[in-house]
Amino acid sequence: MSVHHAHEEAGARSPYAARIRAIETLLLEKGILTEPEVQDGISYMEARSPANGAKLVARAWVDPEFKALLLSDGKAAASELGMDPEHPAEFVVVENTPGLHNLVVCTLCSCYPRAILGRPPDWYKSFEYRSRAVREPRAVMREFGFEPPKDVEIIVHDSTADVRYMVLPMRPPGTEDVGEEELAQLVTRDSLVGVNVPLASPG
Amino acid sequence: MSYRPGDRVRVLPSEKPGHVRTPGYLKGKNGWVDSLIGTFPNPEDLAYGLSGLPERHLYKVGFRQADLWDDYDGPAGDYLYAEVYEHWLEPQGGAS
Repeated sequence: MSVHHAHEEAGARSPYAARIRAIETLLLEKGILTEPEVQDGISYMEARSPANGAKLVARAWVDPEFKALLLSDGKAAASELGMDPEHPAEFVVVENTPGLHNLVVCTLCSCYPRAILGRPPDWYKSFEYRSRAVREPRAVMREFGFEPPKDVEIIVHDSTADVRYMVLPMRPPGTEDVGEEELAQLVTRDSLVGVNVPLASPG
Repeated sequence: MSYRPGDRVRVLPSEKPGHVRTPGYLKGKNGWVDSLIGTFPNPEDLAYGLSGLPERHLYKVGFRQADLWDDYDGPAGDYLYAEVYEHWLEPQGGAS
């Protein structure tokens, strides 16, 4: 698939897409980038998805040693499951507990653990989410369908610099007999950002 | 100076322009050092093609939500962590 074809498939005909296309064409013409490099970049991002995060979480739910590694050295844990967390930023996993719930935001731009989860969702990059998540996190979660109890402390992580955060949600009650692969199906992208929690049955 | 976990700090109310990694809502606010994340090239210089050297200490700093927003609508236990570079911090009560 050619680079341009890949872009057409993304379906974007917005002014932003046209601008990106123009910049890309210039970079190619000037020899700063080559077509294969652009394609590699696209493949790199497409190979990463929230499914990676779900795998890490499901393994942590069934394997206490892995969970300890995930919380102390996120990159090492990702490598152990065959993921390649190469990226200069730190990858830190924060754990939800019965008394604590974590929420991740980047108020300054759109920092996100892309090396593991791929591109962030559009709402994560929106001004509305970025400004409201730090100021009224409980209202934001409510809009995503999650109402944290009053006695649960909310910790917001604003990724202002060199750390990328992922939330380790709590294993839903009633899933004691569910296997690792099926557990991974329960872990949604929203629950990895912390705007929601996984439910015992998907959907 | 460098800080240790538990140190009470204040984020400088600086209006430094450019690619600063300290969000406006934290400027002038009091918090505490949770931990040292590490040392990194200064992103405020990296953004302009400079080396960012020497590397700077980056801290995970905690803030009570009630200290950030006068009208915060949530329990007093809610808090927020951000990553703040050392040159944006001063000891609470002013530099000694």
